[in-house]
Formats: sequence, C-alpha cells, structure tokens
Amino acid sequence: MASPESKSPEQSEKNRKYDRQLRLWGDHGQASLEAAHVCVINATGLGTEVLKSLVLPGIGAFTIVDGKKITEEDIGTNFFLETDSVGKSRAQVATQMLLEMNPDVTGDYIDEEPEQILSNSPDFFNSFTVVVATALTEKILILLSKRLWELNIPLIVCKSLGFVAYMRIQIKEHTVVETHPDNETLDLRLDRPFDSLKKHIDSINLDEMSFKDHCHVPYLIILYKYLEKWISEHGTLPTTYKEKQQLKDMIKSGMRRDEHDSSNSEENFEEAMNSVNKCLRVSDIPDSVINILNDDRCVNLTAKSSSFWIIAKAVRDFVDNEGKGLLPLKGNLPDMTADTEKYIVLQQIYHKQAAADAEAIWRRTLQLLRQLGRSSDSILEKDVKLFCRHVANIHVEKGSCIADEYDPKVFDTNIIVQNLENPESMMIYYVMLRGVDKFQAEYNSYPGEFDDQVEPDIVKLKTCLTKLLSEWGCGPLAKDDYVHELCRFGGAELHSVSAYLGALAAHETIKLVTNQYKPVHNTFIHDAVTSNSGTFFF
Amino acid sequence: MSFDHMQRRWSNLRKVLERSGPFCRPDFEPSPENLQMLVDHCRILVVGAGGLGCELLKNLALMGFRHLHVIDMDTIELSNLNRQFLFRHKDIGFYKAEVAARFINTRVPGCNVVPHNCEIQTKSEAFFQEFHMVICGLDSIVARRWLNGMLMSLLVYENGELDQASVIPMIDGGTEGFKGNVRVILPGMSPCIECTLDFYPPQVTYPLCTIANTPRLPEHCIEYVKVIQWPKENPFDCAIDGDDPQHINWIYEKSNDRAAQFGIQGLTYRLVQGVVKNIIPAVASTNAVIAAACATEAFKLATSCSASLNNYMVLNDLDGVYTYTFEVERKINCLACSQVPREIEIKDSKYKLQNLIDLLCERPDLQMKSPAITAVIDGKCKTLYMQMVASIEEKTRENLSKTLIELGLKDGTEINVADVTTPSTITLKLKFPQDNSASQ
Repeated sequence: MASPESKSPEQSEKNRKYDRQLRLWGDHGQASLEAAHVCVINATGLGTEVLKSLVLPGIGAFTIVDGKKITEEDIGTNFFLETDSVGKSRAQVATQMLLEMNPDVTGDYIDEEPEQILSNSPDFFNSFTVVVATALTEKILILLSKRLWELNIPLIVCKSLGFVAYMRIQIKEHTVVETHPDNETLDLRLDRPFDSLKKHIDSINLDEMSFKDHCHVPYLIILYKYLEKWISEHGTLPTTYKEKQQLKDMIKSGMRRDEHDSSNSEENFEEAMNSVNKCLRVSDIPDSVINILNDDRCVNLTAKSSSFWIIAKAVRDFVDNEGKGLLPLKGNLPDMTADTEKYIVLQQIYHKQAAADAEAIWRRTLQLLRQLGRSSDSILEKDVKLFCRHVANIHVEKGSCIADEYDPKVFDTNIIVQNLENPESMMIYYVMLRGVDKFQAEYNSYPGEFDDQVEPDIVKLKTCLTKLLSEWGCGPLAKDDYVHELCRFGGAELHSVSAYLGALAAHETIKLVTNQYKPVHNTFIHDAVTSNSGTFFF
Repeated sequence: MSFDHMQRRWSNLRKVLERSGPFCRPDFEPSPENLQMLVDHCRILVVGAGGLGCELLKNLALMGFRHLHVIDMDTIELSNLNRQFLFRHKDIGFYKAEVAARFINTRVPGCNVVPHNCEIQTKSEAFFQEFHMVICGLDSIVARRWLNGMLMSLLVYENGELDQASVIPMIDGGTEGFKGNVRVILPGMSPCIECTLDFYPPQVTYPLCTIANTPRLPEHCIEYVKVIQWPKENPFDCAIDGDDPQHINWIYEKSNDRAAQFGIQGLTYRLVQGVVKNIIPAVASTNAVIAAACATEAFKLATSCSASLNNYMVLNDLDGVYTYTFEVERKINCLACSQVPREIEIKDSKYKLQNLIDLLCERPDLQMKSPAITAVIDGKCKTLYMQMVASIEEKTRENLSKTLIELGLKDGTEINVADVTTPSTITLKLKFPQDNSASQ
C-alpha cells in the first residue's frame, strides 16, 4: 500500500479559492483578469453591481470615477453603501466596501464628475483595459465614446431604468481564439485522411479479427472501412439521407455475433452507425474562418499587426501550401467503445498530425516575424498551438462608435425601422431610452421623475420621440403604452434589474480582458416584465 | 428609521408601486400600501445560502422585503469565496445561513433575515406554511424535488377545487458555468418541477467494464481508483472525503499510475478533484444574473406591479448574451401536482421486484434514488423493500429476486413508494400485460 504522504502537486490557496472559475477560463484566463485595470464611471447601484462581479473573481484593479455625494435614495438601491454614509463621497465609500470583499484586488477612486475629468485630464483613460459607464448623459456619453474609440479602449455603457436594462459594447476590433463553442464540430478527416491515418487503417483487416478484437475496434476505423467501400462502389461520399442510410445498413451487415452468447451485440458497430451523420461531414474551412483569413488585416500584415493576425496569416499560408486547402488538424478524438490500445494508437495518430501541423504554422509564424522585423519571442509557441487547436472557431468582433448613433448623417436607422415592425421586438426599448436621453438633455430630469409632473411629461416624452423617429425615417409609434410605462418609471433604478445587468456587464468585461468567449454584438436589451431580451447591432 | 427616511430610501420602488402602468397585473392597485405590505408582512423563504442564496438575500433586502428566512445545512469553504459574496476568509467553517443572515442584517438595517442551519427535510409542513413565497437557489435536484413535493402537499382542495389561499409560489433558479434558468411555479396551477423532470440531464456515468478493463480517458482511470481501488485498499480506513487533500492526493497518484500504465494522457490534479467531488463550474456573474431575475419575479409576484415571467427562462452567455423564455406545460398525470393516479406498466409475468426498482430509478419521468415499496397484499400492509434502514433492508433483500407475481402483486394493485425525492408517499397502480394477468 502506498503511503498516504503526498508527492502530489498541492494546490495553492489562490487556486483553491478560484477553482470553480478556473475550470471555465483556465489559469491563463485568470492571469489576464488579474492583469486588467477596469474603470467604472458612477458608483450607482448598477455600477457597484458590475464591480461586485469583477472584484469577486479577482480583477487586478479598478478605479471608480464619481463626483456625487451619497443620498438616502442611493442607500435603497446600492448594496455597497452603508446607511450612515449619506452625504459622503459615493466613489470613496463604494471603493472601500467593494475592496472589503476580496483582498487580492486593488482599487481607488476619483471624487470628480466624469465631464471634469474628460476636459481637465485628457490622458486619464489611457491606461485602462476596459471602461464601464453608468448614468451618463447624452452629452458626456458622446464625448467619452469618441475619446475611447480613438484610444482603442473598449467601452461598455449600461442603463437600468425601471424594468428595462440596456448594455452597449463599443470596441473597434476584438479577436478571440478561445470562443468555447457549445457544440464543437469534430475534425476527423475521414473524407480526406492524412497519410499516417490512412497507413494505420490500411494495416487493419476487420475480417481476420477474432470476435474479441472485432468488437473492440474504435468506430472511427469501422466508419472509415465502410466509407472506403462505399466510395469504391459509388465514387463519392454519401450525402443524402438515403445514401447515409445505405451506408448504415452496410455497417450493420458487417456486425458479428458472439458464438457463445448471441445476445451480445457489437457496441462499436452500433456507435459507428449512430455516428454517420456526425462524422461524415466534408472537411472544409468554416465561412467565418475564411472571412478572417481573407481579411485585409490578415493578408497585409504590418509591423504593428497583433499576434492574432500574424498567426492567422501563418495559418492562411499553411492552408495554401502544405495544408492542401484545409486548416491544421484539431487533433482530439471523442471517446468510443474500444480496447485501450486500439484507441490510444488512434488517438496518438491524430495528436501527432495535429502537432506536426502546429509545428508547420509555428515555423511560418517565425518566418513572418522575421519579415516584419519583429523579435522571434514576440509570439510564443504555446500561443500558436492554442490558436491551432481552436482555429475552426476563432472570432473577430468589429464594432462601431456609440457617438455615431447620435449623428443622423452616419447612423444607419434601417435596423430600427425593420425591427419596430415586430411588436415583440426589444427595439422599442432602444427607441424609448433614446427618447429619455433626449428628454433629459432638454429638461434636465427623467420623464416622470416628479410625482406631479407625470402627465405633462408623457406629452413631452412623446414629442421627443416624434422628433427622433422622424429624424430616423420611422413612422409614429402605434401605441402609447411604452411612453406611459417609461414615465411611470420616472428614472427609478430597481435594484434587481441593476443586479441582472451589472452581472452581465461584468461578464462581458471578463470576456474582453481574457480574450475568451464572444462578446455581445453589440447592443443588449432586457425587459424584466417578460424576462425577454434581444441583441442588435448598431 | 423614520417614516420620512423610509419614503426617501424606497423612492425608486415607490415609483412602480404607487403608479399604475399598462403592463401591471389586472389586480394591481397603485398605493403606498404596496410597499407597506412588502415591508411589514411579506414572508419569504430562501432555500440555499450559496451562490444564488447570497445574491437573493441582497436583492430581496433591496427590493423592500424584510421578513426573510434562509435555510442551508452547509458550512463555508474556501472555494465559495469567488462568488458567495457575503462570506470572507475568516468565516470558513461557519454555517452559511448564519453568516449570510448576519451580514445582510448589518448592512441593511431593518431587514430581518432568520437563519436555519439545517436540511430542508428536517422542517415540518407548519414551517413551510408560514411563508408567502419560496425562492430556491439549490444545486441539488433531489432537494428541489422534495421541496416541490412539500409545497404540493400543502395545497387544499375543496370539492376538487383548489383553494387559492393554500398556494405558495415557488421561484426556482439554477446555474452551471455560464448557463442558467429561472422558473416561476404556482403549485397546483402551473407546471411544477416533476412535470418537467426530463429537463434534468442524466448524470454522466461510465460502464464498469470500461473502467475496469478498457480505460481510454483520464476520467476512466480516476473512476477506477474511486470505485474499485479505494474500497479494496481502504488507505485511510474511511470513505472518500472529497475535501480531504490527503484523499485527493492518494486518488491522484493512483490514477496517475493507472493512466501511465495504459498510456493515457491528460490527467491533472484539477480533473481528479472535479471527478471525485463532481464539481460544477461556477462564477459570480451567472449566479448574480439568475438570482436577480428570481428577485424581480418575487417582487412582481408579491406586489402585482407587473406581469410575471411565463413561466421558464434560460440564459446562456457563452456567445453574446442569449435568453429564451417559453411556457412549459403541465403534465396531466404529474405525480406531484395532478390528482390523476399514475399507472406503471409491467413488461411481463417474469418481472422481478429488482426490475421494478430499477425502472423507478431509470425512468426519466420518475428518477427516484432509493425507493422503498410497500403494498397492501391480502388485506395486510407489507414492506416489500426498503434500502434506507439496514435491518429492514436485510429482511426484505430476498424479495428483490422474486417476481412481482410471487410477491402477490396483481394487475391493479396499488403500491406505495417512498423516496428521498419527495416528502410524501407516492401511489402507483400496477398494470400487467392483459393475457398474463388473466392467467393468474
């Protein structure tokens, strides 16, 4: 019996604390998170909820910008303010209360209004990884949006108004290698086997096997053998349902029975039949990846190109040359009923080919770095390997500047017109929130903010909306329901609605700083009445 | 807190409670009394003080609710701190419910959270009857089902008509990684947990022969050590404790040896821990989103100030943010919430009691864990099998290999089944194949 004393890798305290999230974005994702510095503008209930879901997983640092003093109303919607803190700086108290949650995080605050900072310290925002803004007026939002667009720093704008929540991500370009798709397609190359795979399977003769071996052959090999037979008879891959059914029948006819126990059927043959649809796809490059490889940023590298584009170019060159029109092999196999040895041998063949493909791309990457006059250590081999493993699902997010939505000369309003035709569309809330923006700009308050002004504000908000809609080339709204509802809200911030959106905004921030998962493209709207939501691209 | 302070503190809530709007429920009356009702009367039970529970308590406290109870038997662990934001390092080892309640009561003066450091199964009907609403933030399907059954058992029917006053709404949240769901259940009126039992995916299991003879994945090696090697070698003279690093280390080393022996790659310490403890990845944001949606539903349901979610919402924020709401339908012969007796079909006359028990565990619409079966045979109530009590298990074990017919069960016999998934006994009517039952 082995001694219970351990030679095993004892986990650090930090690894144990973050264990549940490290299983999602990995140690490298965590390292990116810990290197990030996020700025949150306005420590409203919404603002501190964003920070809560960033401080807990261990964001490196945050800075709060907020010039407001705490009011009694703030206490009712913001968990990170104490009851006796009315009158104190909201930025200061929120910073303290948030930091108390996680000693790994550093945080500071600027007790100033964002407009002051924008005009007095133009370089203030330069060093942040992401900026998240809440409770901004139209005027400041446009300034901030333009500033961060120039600086190429992502901006997430959040609004929580009554039962409505809105989030808009502004990002020039964002590249993602690890998108973590829900359903990854298999990359098995049965239709275009690479040499070592073909050699291996050719060396196997199913007919000569004992029953014990026959029922332990990985289904991949069975599929390959019968596919080979099919192609020799038909000349092409089976594509229609009927053809696939015929192939399944062929496989079924090859199934043997145990002479000792006739009830013992061959599970591996069953698996082969069930996998026909999943495994027999034509090996090709997904359109989304073709678009990336054909992107000007990929084709024409510059000295300033990011690692993503340099590796993408290496992949492109690989596809055009030794890849013979295909991407580097992913290299992983699904589990299949088989004995250990037969499975592991097959697995190794895929692993080795994937490693060889990645190696070829690594050499091409080094070559590109030399051509660009960049040092050879500016891209690591492990990053190339990671890229190759996920290449079928890489993603490039190209965004637009929020300020453009406020400029009728550049704003494409077709999407609004089209979506408003659908009475269920969340687009109505975008229109409403823009109307509220306009109302605020004109009257310096929220519609319905004061109890005795609800009725007159309904009329005023309608006027604001009519102006906007005609500017956008939309007809008038069919019903006044939403105008009434927005005036009922009177600018109210409901904590649970803010908590909902704040957490989502934190999650989008984590996506941006870890370069994992696809961010919202680019506007998200949630209606807490029905719990529906929608995503639009402006 | 003075009246004036309170009015100002809750001025945001008052807007939607004292003004009417086009999306309110028809029974909504805008009035200051709505807030007063939340603050003074509405009693809510939060089940679970973990990732969802912590968020729920905060959200409810800031949505005006004051009479909150929270129940959780667990104590705080280091790995909770990345999301269960009411707990600090110094709280490790203390009861979750207690620490969470204290934190909320301190941060939100006036709010009164009462902790219960115990399992829900230890509480009586009278306890649950005290609440206007139950909000569930559980990771256990069994506990959810038990609670669902409890709320169903509190329903009062008069002449077949449901007494609305006996309905305690249940709002249920669940998360896993970047996915989550929320549902609103009005017991006896809308679909319940058992109506949609097949929503829960079956647990991943590996066939024993794969583990023992043909391992291919690192998981197979870990399972081998867990299921076969540990009981055989019994290295620490006790069952596996997933929280004991010595135990995990031992399993790690042994499964590493096995993986090396078979040439299997990819075994890591983290994976060993994950498999042994059946760890579900969890992150602050998803828990916060789902708990927030639950709290919004609670607020809307308690005050009628807006329509409710009808009745199921799923969230997935891996790729952008995707949500989908849909209306789940009631199962007309639901074991928990319908009044229709359920029949269970017996395949043939050779069917053994063990087959019946396996069926109860495997059927997607039943998914029982360790059913105990009693039946009235020849006028006498007999226990046919019961696993939970060792002495009875011993006495009834021989029944497992007997056929139902040998045990005296016939077509139409009603069996009573007790299981951890429900607080009350379930009655099932046996249905034998026609010709067989005729020949008996």
